Amino acid sequence: MNAYLSILVSRFQILLQYRAAAAAGVVTQVFWGVVRAMIFDAFYRSSAGPQPLTHDQAIAYIWLGQAMLLLTLLSVDADVAAMIRNGSVAYEMTRPLDLYSLWFVRALSGRAAPLLMRSIPIFGIAGIFFGLTAPASLNAGGLFLLSALIGLLTAAALIALLTISLLWTVSGEGVSRLAPGAIFVFSGIIVPLPLLPGWVQRIAEVLPFRGLIDTPFRIYLGDLHGAKAVTAILLQLAWLGALIVWGKVALARGVRRLVVQGG
Amino acid sequence: MDQIIVENLTKTFRVVRRKPGLRGSLQALVKREYQEVRALDRVSFSIAAGELVGYIGPNGAGKSTTVKVLSGILVPDSGNVSVIGKIPWRDRVEYVRRIGVVFGQRTQLWWDLPVLESFDLLRDIYSVPESRYRPIRDTLIKKLDLGSFLHVTVRQLSLGQRMRCEIAASLLHEPELLFLDEPTIGLDAVSKIVVREFIADLNRDRGVTVILTTHDMDDIEALCRRVMVIGDGRILSDGTLGELRASVTRERWLTVDLEESVPITPVSDPDARLIRQEGRRFCLAFDPQQISAAELIARIVRGWPVHDLFVENPPIESIIARLYSKQGTP
Repeated sequence: MNAYLSILVSRFQILLQYRAAAAAGVVTQVFWGVVRAMIFDAFYRSSAGPQPLTHDQAIAYIWLGQAMLLLTLLSVDADVAAMIRNGSVAYEMTRPLDLYSLWFVRALSGRAAPLLMRSIPIFGIAGIFFGLTAPASLNAGGLFLLSALIGLLTAAALIALLTISLLWTVSGEGVSRLAPGAIFVFSGIIVPLPLLPGWVQRIAEVLPFRGLIDTPFRIYLGDLHGAKAVTAILLQLAWLGALIVWGKVALARGVRRLVVQGG
Repeated sequence: MDQIIVENLTKTFRVVRRKPGLRGSLQALVKREYQEVRALDRVSFSIAAGELVGYIGPNGAGKSTTVKVLSGILVPDSGNVSVIGKIPWRDRVEYVRRIGVVFGQRTQLWWDLPVLESFDLLRDIYSVPESRYRPIRDTLIKKLDLGSFLHVTVRQLSLGQRMRCEIAASLLHEPELLFLDEPTIGLDAVSKIVVREFIADLNRDRGVTVILTTHDMDDIEALCRRVMVIGDGRILSDGTLGELRASVTRERWLTVDLEESVPITPVSDPDARLIRQEGRRFCLAFDPQQISAAELIARIVRGWPVHDLFVENPPIESIIARLYSKQGTP
């Protein structure tokens, strides 16, 4: 089997063992989903004017967000962070592998396995009990899956970048705590992006974070369709490419200054 | 032909120097002082294919730095390195395919995976064809006696078991060259012997070049014909164990046990120096160029009721210790 695929599969298998964590995650996210849905419900009832999203679309956006929350909770890869601290990162470099691809694959498997275990049950629960509507069309459903996959890859590229920043800061606490703030606001996980003030939306549109969940969700809801959906996906791909190139360049520079102490 | 050529290898690390106390910490917030630590200072050596070389030195001497440069992990400041015709850090991916590395204090296996699955993963990483992989793996499992814990996850292994697995893991892709950085650290006597015998066989039967760093002088005496000693980033000595001994001291040791029945009278001789006494056992150091062993023994047997005696070389530890102290006071 291909090396990266093999690593992806085995890490995926390891992570699939964490069933209790997944169950706890599902319960928490459903609970918060109910709370958030109630807040938006109240908001729609009290406002008279027309909104950029319909009530049902907003509720669906909230539930999609609960199902795929993990795409926005990005922090450094804990395994790689530990390796950088204790020096085992040396072993990663004695493999005939491209280090960036290796870390990207680690990040990808680290996100994909728990995401699947949490999102599928939440999709089911929200669809049956809490009014998560089906995709706007079959077409929208297909494009949503594609866009969500790109979102997952974007999450992995962002995690890889955060992880690579450890080569400069060692503890990684700083970047790891700063990044989520920006990601929360500009991904749409706190407030759906279409409901934000126009000037915030314009910032969000040029940042990579909307590609995590907002683009796939709006395709799902039919808010983005046709040429607009295609453009949004192309933008997602452009950001994904840029983040990967950025990560590769940063890692190549970081490795040159790497010091593996002791041992 | 030389497989490893190292010329004038130099590597400097910059470490932050902080004055002690709160004041020092506050100062360091504003202005950092750096101190240059020269880990390797114009190190040169070459190693032929099939050699088994011991690389020794105190902590911080530059051993691990050398191994890390040679295994493609660190980029040196200056100097030339060519290993199997490649520059390790520049041709890293292509190069590491052909070498094996074991860092005794770290693990290359996956904590959450059973040993056998870790091996399978390495097979994929090194793209070893299944038809080659199976016989190699099975031979390693047999020789290193891993059979009983192949299905245990790595985190549950004892250190000795894990180290044997680490060594097997580093050889699945049949490297031409093996770097062992303290492979026997923390192992019990039995595991140490298993590991040593395995390394000796590997070098003898398969012709794998082995570079071994260690603090355990028994490893060196059991395995290495050639020993390189590094101290303060410089090669202090490079040659056979015999040459290393000769370069430091010609001294040999004579140990004498006196008869049980008679009262102890201290053993001494004008041409020898008493280095220690434990009950009825006396240990004398002498210079064979000043007095032959036979002559010294004859004199002592004449003068004391000797029960048993033997002549030995000073242990390699004391040789190395002297080499360092000699270096320290030029």
